[in-house]
Amino acid sequence: MQTRRGFLKSSGGLVAALLAAGFLEPGDLRAEEWNKAAFETKKMEDLVKLLGGTGPAESAEVAIVAPDIAENGAVVPIGITSKLDKTRAIAILVEKNPNVLAAMFSIPDGTLPDLQTRVKMAQTCNVFALVRAGGKFVYAAKEIKITLGGCGG
Amino acid sequence: MKWRSAEPARKRICVCLITAVFGAALAGVAVGQDNHAVDEIQKYRQMLQEGNPAELMELKGEELWTTARGPKNATLEQCDLGLGPGKLEGAYAQLPRYFADTDRVQDAESRLVTCMQRLQGIGPAEATRGWYNPNSDLEALTTYAAARSKGHKIDVPAAHPREREALRIGEELFYRRSGPLDFSCATCHSLDDRRIRLQELPNFQVRASAQSSMVTWPAYRVSQSAVWTMERRLIDCIRQMRWPEPDYLSEAIVDLQVYLQHNASGGVMEAPGIKR
Amino acid sequence: MGNPMKIRAKADGDLVEVKILMSHIMETGQRKNQAGEPIPAHYIQLVSVTYGARTVLSAQWGPAVSANPFLAFKFKGGQKGEKLKVSWTDNTGDSRGDEVAIG
Repeated sequence: MQTRRGFLKSSGGLVAALLAAGFLEPGDLRAEEWNKAAFETKKMEDLVKLLGGTGPAESAEVAIVAPDIAENGAVVPIGITSKLDKTRAIAILVEKNPNVLAAMFSIPDGTLPDLQTRVKMAQTCNVFALVRAGGKFVYAAKEIKITLGGCGG
Repeated sequence: MKWRSAEPARKRICVCLITAVFGAALAGVAVGQDNHAVDEIQKYRQMLQEGNPAELMELKGEELWTTARGPKNATLEQCDLGLGPGKLEGAYAQLPRYFADTDRVQDAESRLVTCMQRLQGIGPAEATRGWYNPNSDLEALTTYAAARSKGHKIDVPAAHPREREALRIGEELFYRRSGPLDFSCATCHSLDDRRIRLQELPNFQVRASAQSSMVTWPAYRVSQSAVWTMERRLIDCIRQMRWPEPDYLSEAIVDLQVYLQHNASGGVMEAPGIKR
Repeated sequence: MGNPMKIRAKADGDLVEVKILMSHIMETGQRKNQAGEPIPAHYIQLVSVTYGARTVLSAQWGPAVSANPFLAFKFKGGQKGEKLKVSWTDNTGDSRGDEVAIG
């Protein structure tokens, strides 16, 4: 479901017409335009505003599964689950990265709001799991420490 | 070991050595373990185990193994890694070993280069070009070969006279102090429960510790976004000790591997691993 | 065309568990080479996973996703033997699509 400003920018009616006419395959990536502005935001609140929302409020229904300490900031495993009804989008933000947004996922009907990936963290800071569910934005936070390892194991 | 200048991309100062120098100087001072930190780091490592990018190198290695290449337009499928032509299962776990046809003790990488030369007509300069670049052919082939030894026990008895000699030299190299820091491998790797920052240091004098380390190589190193072979890891460690780097595929580096794999014999291969 | 990815899709009751390993450098554009010149940004921007005509996951990524990205998720209603397709497009316009049968 998309709001007027859309969580993920798309060409709307034109795409639908092209799909119907068979010019675009379902899932054709050209149907979706990469949201450059979203990936240039520096704070979670700015991202939410950009996406047409307010807040976000913290929610205990969103969980981040990740270690407290990462041996290397280049690869930090992050799992996010949401118990909220109608979770339609999940985004991963890293508070002290040059640009705060790392990734955003669209969760269609039938897909579980439960995913894992890996992100880069420039330094010890909070990771935010931003969720859009039932039209509202909420988040969970977890601090992950980035260590400087030894000589390399 | 011949002096050679480090490749620009690999020039990196390991500041942690300062810590290690003090650690070695204050002999007998035990480095305390922060249990929570250790547990969380274990959790970090655990979460990385699934979805190891080294699997992509395995795929590439398999493709290289089975694709006809070089002036002879042949695949590597007849390559003898010590168990007979084309026998991959468990072969990596028995390397390095002596090969009669080259009259040398060889590790996985030097043997793969031999095969590329003899089967495919690809010369060693061509075969080893850019070996240190992420996703290089040799990186992929070694990863593939090692993966085909998963579940097999490391078995390097060093029984053949030439292997025996390699073992003796490898051991000598392990304990020999040299370089501007007056380090040997043993400086860091012959004591229990030592670490550099939060990185545990395996004690290669203790079988279980040697095994726990050697069974995880080759490994994808997240800090490099590349799979490092044991040879690559050793060359880099030697560089960090401020020793002259051994040449790729040189006798010295093979001899050192004989010593380490011999000490780790019995360990069940898990490679390719994933580490920081 | 990008490098092949590794896709595992396993049916477990009503759920299909998907695990994907993509081969991509995910260069941020912040690093500099030996000569001090910035290494150009090169990273996956769009990801799409489809089951027939149905999109089961789509994503927009930035350069902060780790190199050689790993992605795992679950969806309902997938049948064993049916095809799952994963596609990505990066900021240079390069793309890759790989298909796997659900096991």
